[in-house]
Amino acid sequence: MLKSKVLMVKTRSGKILKIVREHYLRDDIDNGLNGVDLDDHPMLENDLISSEHYIIPDTNVVLKQMDVLEHSCMRNVIILQTVMRETKHRSAPIYKRLRTITQNKDKKFHVFTNEHSIDTWCERRPKESSNDYNDRFIRVATQFYNECLSERNQKAVLLTNDKANCDLAKKEGLLAVTVEDYVRNIVGFPELLDKLAKADEAMEVDKSISYPEHLKLSQLQTGIKSGRFKQGKLNISRQNYLEGKVLPQGEGSKEILIQGRMHLNRAVNEDIVAVEMLPENQWSLPSDVILDVSVQPGAEISESHAEDLKKKHGIPTGKVVGIIKRSWRSYCGILESFGSPDMTRHLFTPAERRIPRIRIETRQAKLLIGQRIVVAIDSWPRFSKYPQGHFVKALGEIGDKDTENKVLLLEHDVAHEPFSQAVLNCLPSANWSIPDEELRKREDLRGLPICSVDPPGCTDIDDCLHLREWTDGNLEVGVHIADVTHFIRPGTALDIEARSRGTTVYLCDKRIDMVPELLSSNLCSLRDDGDRLAFSCIWVMNHNAEIISTRFCKSVIRSKASMTYAQAQMLIDDATQNDDVTIGLRGLNKLAKILKARRTLNGALSLSSPEVRFHVDSETHDPIDLETKKLRDTNSMVEEFMLLANCSVAEKIQKEFSDCAVLRRHPEPPKSNFDVLVNAARTRGLELSINTSRELALSLDEAEKPAENVHPYISVLLRILATRCMYQAVYFCSGLESDFRHYGLAAPIYTHFTSPIRRYSDIMVHRLLAASIGADSTFSDLLNKQEIQQICNNLNFRHRMAQYAQRASVALHTQMFFRGKMVDEQGFIIVVRKNAVQVLIPKYGLEGTVFLDRDHQGNAVGTSNLEYNEDACEIVANGVLLKVFDEVTVQISHDASNIQHQRINLHLMKPKIEGISAP
Amino acid sequence: MAGLELISDQGYRIDGRKPTELRQIRCRLGVFTQADGSSYVEQGNTKVLASIYGPHEPSSNMRSKISHDKCIINCEYSQASFSSAERKHRPRGDRKSLDMAAHIKQTFESCIHTTLYPRSQIDIFLQILQSDGSNYCACVNAATLAIVDAGIAMKDYVCACSASLAKGTTLVDINHVEESAGCAELSAAVMPKLNKIVYSELNGRLHEDEIGKVLDSVVLGCNDMFAVMERTVREHVEETVSNFTHS
Repeated sequence: MLKSKVLMVKTRSGKILKIVREHYLRDDIDNGLNGVDLDDHPMLENDLISSEHYIIPDTNVVLKQMDVLEHSCMRNVIILQTVMRETKHRSAPIYKRLRTITQNKDKKFHVFTNEHSIDTWCERRPKESSNDYNDRFIRVATQFYNECLSERNQKAVLLTNDKANCDLAKKEGLLAVTVEDYVRNIVGFPELLDKLAKADEAMEVDKSISYPEHLKLSQLQTGIKSGRFKQGKLNISRQNYLEGKVLPQGEGSKEILIQGRMHLNRAVNEDIVAVEMLPENQWSLPSDVILDVSVQPGAEISESHAEDLKKKHGIPTGKVVGIIKRSWRSYCGILESFGSPDMTRHLFTPAERRIPRIRIETRQAKLLIGQRIVVAIDSWPRFSKYPQGHFVKALGEIGDKDTENKVLLLEHDVAHEPFSQAVLNCLPSANWSIPDEELRKREDLRGLPICSVDPPGCTDIDDCLHLREWTDGNLEVGVHIADVTHFIRPGTALDIEARSRGTTVYLCDKRIDMVPELLSSNLCSLRDDGDRLAFSCIWVMNHNAEIISTRFCKSVIRSKASMTYAQAQMLIDDATQNDDVTIGLRGLNKLAKILKARRTLNGALSLSSPEVRFHVDSETHDPIDLETKKLRDTNSMVEEFMLLANCSVAEKIQKEFSDCAVLRRHPEPPKSNFDVLVNAARTRGLELSINTSRELALSLDEAEKPAENVHPYISVLLRILATRCMYQAVYFCSGLESDFRHYGLAAPIYTHFTSPIRRYSDIMVHRLLAASIGADSTFSDLLNKQEIQQICNNLNFRHRMAQYAQRASVALHTQMFFRGKMVDEQGFIIVVRKNAVQVLIPKYGLEGTVFLDRDHQGNAVGTSNLEYNEDACEIVANGVLLKVFDEVTVQISHDASNIQHQRINLHLMKPKIEGISAP
Repeated sequence: MAGLELISDQGYRIDGRKPTELRQIRCRLGVFTQADGSSYVEQGNTKVLASIYGPHEPSSNMRSKISHDKCIINCEYSQASFSSAERKHRPRGDRKSLDMAAHIKQTFESCIHTTLYPRSQIDIFLQILQSDGSNYCACVNAATLAIVDAGIAMKDYVCACSASLAKGTTLVDINHVEESAGCAELSAAVMPKLNKIVYSELNGRLHEDEIGKVLDSVVLGCNDMFAVMERTVREHVEETVSNFTHS
């Protein structure tokens, strides 16, 4: 059964090594033809091939035509190990997709381990390139399948786009066709043609444009090694799609600016690129011009402006000389409507502003115009202004709420499919009740006056509180968190799904759960309708809110009341109420105030962001009204105790598992981040001190004091802007990082413990804490710091995406709210730019740009009448002075004229500027 | 080595073995006539030569260690300078080799009936000709065969095998690629008939829940190893006996 062959592999790692590896060839490898993995009679018919056949794609086909392979009609495909190996080497995302298909039983994909099969192994010929060698592997395997299939009168068909390989295969008597030919002749699935990725030649040669050629990978590598080129991820500006920044790898490197179509040289957002620095006299500054795709006439402003900026001191500027790794994905967007719908070539505009338009070929244009569609980029030839792609799928009507929701979920990579059966199988039954043995193991806290305080309409309650006074005068305070880890056991399908989702995503009208609803809204949710399992953190405190002792335990609780913030506030204020719960709440409220004061003294920042709630029509689910979130004492009461619990837990798990605790830190932002803010505040005579978080907090408080000609809302604006100067807080594994500080909370150590229903990080923390008090066992992944860091990285990504999705959802609802309305509203200028001012409208939490180089109809009027003063944060337009923090009145209207990007338009009403303001 | 997949979704390891399969084993007894006992063992590309001298009168530098109720075991381990991809500058006497020698010595002190040979010395010389992972195991197996060849009394065969854990599957008899992939490695020496573990060593971290599972597969591997070794000994004896009858 075993046959040994020795492979000689030469590798280079500084010096030349001869590495000898064993390579066993086997005769017992499953070829999938026994009816389990592959159907006995493949049904897919093709005009080119007369008999029943199985498909064997080569690596390039897999890499380029994944969308075709993912189509439901593509079944009975044999994937060779060679192809798997090469795919993995060349593209991680494609490899992941390929693995997902091969694991899907319905797709009938079979992976054949051809390089270990004695029938399909071949020795490398002298001087044969690895590509040729791999091709030969594939041909030999196809030949093998043909022999296996000959008695069944079936064939194996090699799909390859490589002409040489195709010819060789034909010479060897194999059936080889190109993907285009194959797909074109499939019977019954004409829509597959649209999904076909285009070959690398330009569909339309655009005479006007010819991008510089990309250097070869080997040239790039030597260039990077010698320091001539810098490698980094391209980050296109959200304001201007023709401008991007690259942060080169390595310590202490500075961002490199890349400006203009030619310098970007076909690099798309998030690609890993190699950049060559421009000579210093060509350095430039990021343009202050806001550029958006929908207004084409003004689109090239940046390039002309860049010219005169160069004379000033610029920042390091470079140009892209080659692409190291593409990170293209599928993009949502719409088909542009100009041109006849009968034509097959169309331009597609992605919803993401940082992505260029994409040229696609489709026969369904008539159908697709007016729909949101998904498109993937295939290539970007030198002589084509735009990249080329293919149609993947349609999502639905533009403007339809479900479609738009789908778009924003897809764009932010939020998994929103219903939970799979495997996941649902992990759930307990709906009428589950606490078994006796659990009751015996846990502390019984059902007698305590526990209650929960949450926003209205909250069904996933994960925290409860209680307070009671002991006879010795000390206070017992408890925070009780839903014991989700009792239900989500490590390694189950449910656990894996929750880990990959990472967080629950709250859209305005929808919640995308991290765990199935049975858990999130029923079994784990600490409602006041029965006994629940909880993980409790119980302190003994004195009346000065100083902690005397802390303990953690798994418990059973019975919430006495599930209240909203408003209800709780009413109870506290109502002097006639004197039951246990109310007394507890009053005590908690008192303690919370002390805690908060102490925290602020330590330098915790209270920041702000404009948040709004939509009142949604119960029938149509359209937003009918909106209000900004009100903050009550009870909000901050709950928050204080959650913070305290998180800090206590963080200390405990860090002490117990110093190598693998899951913590959360908030890095201190560099001082330069605050420059703009300090500058802006100074224009109003406010001095902000930013040296430490404490000083910042104090000076922000200082700004709250009423002063002459300072609008009281400015302090809120300052807080909003200060929030934007900071970094995001991130999860990390304590064994791999030395700086634990949380800047915003001014806490030396912090983690998330209090919301396990909606955050996976809390689940990990629960497990660690349970292990540290001996309530649960550890398992290997829990203690593997590399693994933990990887999960943390995913969580950080998911949280960021969830946040973006939330914002996008608010924006979408704001748009729908203003549909057909025109409102004048008070707003504040928060940023002054070269050709525009950004205005925040507190009532709607809406932020938008008022262009000063366009009239109210959106026609460009030129920038000649604008005088911009960067240091003073002001701009003079037609003799009218606009300063940062100025109060203005804007007209808000919904612009649906461009179905491409429906949007909110803002026009200045007061002060009135001739030629710009609306009449 | 991130991204190195030690076991594919189809259940094959990098070199084409299944998780529980040992590498190809070849062994011979009595390869030298000068030594009292000798053997040559190949486990895949790990190749070891073992020779035994003794029991004999302790050499002069061992005098101080002489014991009146049992024999001294002296073990020397060396790795040929051509045994690995990079040439070794110091074939013996470095820390790793000394450690290895000490471990092997310990292993055999508990398996040889040392009390049968008082006031004497047994030398075990081990030479790695080619190294491709699981060196300790190959050495123990080779030494066992050489001791059998020398006719020294042992409680039982000593068979050694290693295992590692990747994606929840235990990989038995790991080679150099798997060894250097950074997974934990558990090696153990077993007396298969007595069903006793005489030596075990864990490199790297394994969770306690998984140790039992890995150890079980190591023991299974040792039993497989034992079957091969026993067959070799029987064949060797048959061959020797037939030589006697013919002459």
